[in-house]
Order: sequence, then C-alpha cells, then structure tokens
Amino acid sequence: MKIHEYQGKQLLKQFGVPIQDGYIIENINDAEQTIRKVQEEFDSSAVIVKAQIHAGGRGKGGGVKYSPDFDSAMTNAKNILGMNLVTHQTGPNGKDVQKVYITQALDIEKEYYVAITLDRSTGMDVFMVSTEGGVEIEKVAEETPEKIVKEWIDPLVGIKSFQAQKLAYGLELTGQAFKDAVKIFNQIYKCYSETDASLVEINPLVLTEQGNVVALDAKFNFDDNALFRQKNITEMRDLSEEDTTEIEAGKYNLNYIKLDGNVGCMVNGAGLAMATMDIIKLFGGEPANFLDVGGTASAETVKNGFRIILSDENVKAVLINIFGGIVRCDRVANGVVEAVKELHLSVPVVVRLEGTNAEEAKKILAQSGVSIIPADSMRDAAEKVVKSSKGEIS
Amino acid sequence: MSILINKDSKVVVQGITGSEGTFHATQMLKYGTNIVAGVTPGKGGQTALGGYVPVFNSVEDAKIEKDANVSIIFVPPAFAADAIIESAYAGIELVVCVSEGVPVQDMVKVKRIIDEKGTRLIGPNCPGIITPGECKLGIMPGFIHKPFGNVGVISRSGTLTYEAVHQLTELGIGQTTCIGIGGDPIIGTTFIDLLNLFKNDSKTEGVVLIGEIGGSAEEEASQWIVDNNFDKPVVAFIAGQTAPPGRRMGHAGAIISGGKGTASDKMKTLKLAGIHVCESPADIGKTMEKALKDL
Repeated sequence: MKIHEYQGKQLLKQFGVPIQDGYIIENINDAEQTIRKVQEEFDSSAVIVKAQIHAGGRGKGGGVKYSPDFDSAMTNAKNILGMNLVTHQTGPNGKDVQKVYITQALDIEKEYYVAITLDRSTGMDVFMVSTEGGVEIEKVAEETPEKIVKEWIDPLVGIKSFQAQKLAYGLELTGQAFKDAVKIFNQIYKCYSETDASLVEINPLVLTEQGNVVALDAKFNFDDNALFRQKNITEMRDLSEEDTTEIEAGKYNLNYIKLDGNVGCMVNGAGLAMATMDIIKLFGGEPANFLDVGGTASAETVKNGFRIILSDENVKAVLINIFGGIVRCDRVANGVVEAVKELHLSVPVVVRLEGTNAEEAKKILAQSGVSIIPADSMRDAAEKVVKSSKGEIS
Repeated sequence: MSILINKDSKVVVQGITGSEGTFHATQMLKYGTNIVAGVTPGKGGQTALGGYVPVFNSVEDAKIEKDANVSIIFVPPAFAADAIIESAYAGIELVVCVSEGVPVQDMVKVKRIIDEKGTRLIGPNCPGIITPGECKLGIMPGFIHKPFGNVGVISRSGTLTYEAVHQLTELGIGQTTCIGIGGDPIIGTTFIDLLNLFKNDSKTEGVVLIGEIGGSAEEEASQWIVDNNFDKPVVAFIAGQTAPPGRRMGHAGAIISGGKGTASDKMKTLKLAGIHVCESPADIGKTMEKALKDL
C-alpha cells in the first residue's frame, strides 16, 4: 500500500523527524486561507505548492511549484489542483490531482538521499544514504555507486548508534547537524519498523542554510501482509488513487491487474496466471489482465471473475486455465457452465481444465450445451484463445 | 534417492485441528506420509484424523514423545512466525510453512533465528515438498507425480509447478523431489540451497527451475551453477515476461522494482550460465526430455 507525501510526513513528524510542514487542500476555495495560514504559522512568505499523487517525478511533470509570494501561490494552486499530471511513473494517461499540499519554503544548503528498504538477497533491511540527493537514485546507483553508503540492520537488535553515525559521516555532516542526523536516522528506522513499511524514501533530506536537517519529501510503501495490525496506516489508504476494477476485484478476494490487451484470462495461482499471460503473448495475442482466482475456484468465484474481466470493453475472448489440485475440475466445470448461462456471455470462452477429475470436467463441458471452446493443454488453449480474439474461430 | 524428505521422515503437523490442517493432513496421510503427531495448543492428549494421530500442546512435546524431525505449518499468517520459531527451538530439522500472507518484518526476524538454530525452512507461501511415492509434505495433488524418477523440481510457484510436473509425468519422466520454495520476498530456502542438495543426490540427473519476476534469486542461482560446475542439466522457465513494472503480480515477491527483476534479464543471465531456458511454459517437459537424452 502507498500513501501520499503529506501523510508520510505526518508519520515522520509523529516519530520526531523534522519535516517541511504544511497543510493540504482539496478545494480551491480553501486555497487563500490555507496559503495565509502556512505563511503565518511557518513565518515564510514564500511557499511550495505540491501536487499529491501516488507517483514520483512530480516536479519534472510541473506538479511542484516554488511560489515566492501569495499571488503566485494562488495561481499555482489553481493550476495544479485538478490538473492531469503526467510523470515517468504515471504512464501516458497521467493522474488527476485531487489534493494539493501547501508547505513552507526552506533555504536549502545541501540535498541528501535517505532510504530504508528490504534487501531480499540478504534478508535484512538496508539503510541507504547519499550525498547525491534530489536526483533519481537509480541513476546514482548506476553511475557513481560509491556515493551510496549502506548499512544493513540486524532485525533482532535494530539500528545501533555506530551505524547511524556511519551514515551521518557518509553525508559529510559535522557539528550539530551531525548529531541531529544521527537522531533522525534512528527515528526513521523506528518509524519504518513500527509501521511495517517496506520502503521509506526521503529524497531529499536537506540541510538548510540555518543548519537544520529537514525532510523535504516522504515516500512510503507498506507491506500489505501486515496491514491487519496497522490500523492507522490502513486508514490512510486513498482509493481514488487505485483502479476501480481492481478495488472491485479485491472485494471478491480476486487478485486482478488490468493490462492493455484484449485476451482476458482467469487462472488459479499467481505463477500459472503469469505464465498464461506469457503464452498468450507468445501466440501473438495481448493479455487484457492478470487474474488469480486463488485456490478455490467455485461457481461464485468464476462468475465474479467473468464480471471483472468483461467490465473491460477491450476483451474479445477469455481463457480459463485451471490446474486442479485441491480444487476439483468437475466443480470448476459446473461453475463455468453456470456462469456462462447466467451472464449470457457474448465473447468466446476457451476452457482448459487439468488435474483432479479433469476427465469428468471435460464431459460436463461437452454436454452442457453452452458454447465453450475446450482445450487440452496450455499450448492448445493459448492458440485457440488468440485465434478467437481475432475472430478466426468462435 | 531424494532430498530433504523420504518415507522415514517423521512428520508433526502444526495446526492439525484447524480446517486447513485437517484437510491437508488427511490427504498427506492417504498418500503415505508418516505423520507421527499433531500440535494444537490446548488440545494435547486428544487425537486427530479419525484417531490416527496423537495431538500435543507443543512441538517440543511431539519431538520428545514421537521423535518428530519434520514439521509442516497450517496456521493463520499472523501466527506463522511464532509457529516456525517454536519448531526451530524444539530442534526440528526441517519446517515447511504453507501459510500465505506472513508479514515481511516477521520473516526477517525468523530468518535470523532459523539460521542461528540450523533449522531449514521451506516457504512461507508455498505448496511444500514431495518425494513421490514416499512422502508428501504439502498441499500439492499427489497423483500428478511419478515416483522413482530422475528429475528434481524447484519452484517459486504453486500451480505452475503442478503444470511442470504434469508435463514431466506425461512424458514418462519421474521426479526425485519437488519443492515449492514460496512466492514471498523473504523465504527460508533458496534455489541455491536446493541445487546444492540435488548436486549430491545420485538419483537426480536433471533439475527444473521455475522462477518469476522480482528479486535476484534466479541470477544468484545462475552464478552458483557456474561457480560450482553444476553439471546436471537445468531447465528453467521464468513467469512474468508480460508483467508490467511496479505491480505486485499475486505473489508478494513478484514485482519489478526500479527496473530490476525483469523476466528478460533473468532469462538472459540463466542462458549465459548454460541453462536451458524455455520461452513457453508449455515446453518445460519437452525441453527436459531432450536435455536428458543429450546426456
């Protein structure tokens, strides 16, 4: 799960990390009052107007504007709120900006990169800092990897002072700023582990001309598996940032991801679902979605799966690929027949059932009287569904 | 021969009286798995699976009373870390955790502890292990496997593993041991650990390796294969060639992040290590058949 910058900063603030502070607006009528409030409360005539969407690259896309005075802040707020913001992470369709964050402006001396994330190879969390802040860290990692300082955290003891100090030395900090940074690093780790985050990225963390160390941005990802014990985090979820069909699928416990093609697919198991998409592509088709119906493909699940897949108007044919282990293929077959009858499907449906009771399942499909294209193997199924999607068989 | 488990493995089922535990333990028992005990705290002294299996309050009791050396866990994800650590403390050698949805922060701690205790963990979020004809320790359909074989299977997936095994069996190729290592970002046992075991298993003549997008486990396995002169043919398939970046494809660990962990990169690296990489999931069995003939 992802959250917005302003939510991430509030979390950091709760853990005692100094942030570039501000207030959020969702309605342009609140802009005047909010800008004045930020100017007064943080004693800063200049403010920053920042679009809040779940994607990076907001500045380059024109969603973050330095505003030296009230009038320019008003103009920028009007322009950004409601704009369609396109960045390298949003895709070409961009995202509509529904929230704008008005923050204090700071006099920046130096920008740093700070992040904690899971290092899958070592099975430990890694704390990374770099003097090259404010730019894409992937680029730094590629071109000047020596400029990224890393410390791996032992999960049984947490971050130790010498590690936080090593990171602060890595940023070439001295005096009070060094001491502050050490404290901040400890707190960021605390925030990361106590909220079950899978990523905290502050890019940039800045040293101000006044010598303060402040978080200018905040990006958080959370472990979906841990949300059951993170009520406060779950409440921050912004459904308007997510695909409506994917939200709908989630209600039925279906794992659905929309893609750009026209061959819908319904599969049990994530690996087989990905492999099914891959083989559709190999046979010259384009998958319309990823859909894992999980271990129990009942009639109800199959029906819901059809509803979700067919809500995408691009879909020209559907492939059902079920490998029955725990789930019996004859039951799935009955479910498919029932669903096809009830939903009056207008697109061709290719069905491949393998595993437990596969033979009975084939009989059920053949004798059902509904128009289903049976397939024997993954190859056969992929070939048939791609042809169907092109109108070559039906 | 086989790796990890065989007909002599003495299995304890953690969560045996839950609905998942009861269902799958029954299937395992029917397959011939030597289940010696079950554990459900508070139900010690009872029996499970129609009176066949004694239930204990703790894994430690099951170990003391029944000499259990292998455990399988069917508990809700919030309690999975606890169950794994309990087995590790009780001195169980091999633990399979089927549970899906275990928090990552739990797993990073678990991993440190099992490494220290010398316990081998398979999973979580996995179908388990099977040595066909001898011991089924998981939720896979037993009948698709062919005993007394010569091919080992290691996979990050569940049903896709069944697909691969089914293809092998259809071609008359039996399996030594098949292991689903799990689809989570942090798992107990990696491709490398198991390749190392298959290396020393005289019956295993080839290995099927099924990976997917996300992380770098396949790349690390490629490197290991080169560095250790692993000379048995390896056939690989990587799921997710059409997966969009930045999206979690069902498995918590199946995500391309920051341009890293793509299927095409993994396939390239595997090919460079001399591994037979299948473009199509339908070709896994055939490719292994050919690789074995060429030996």
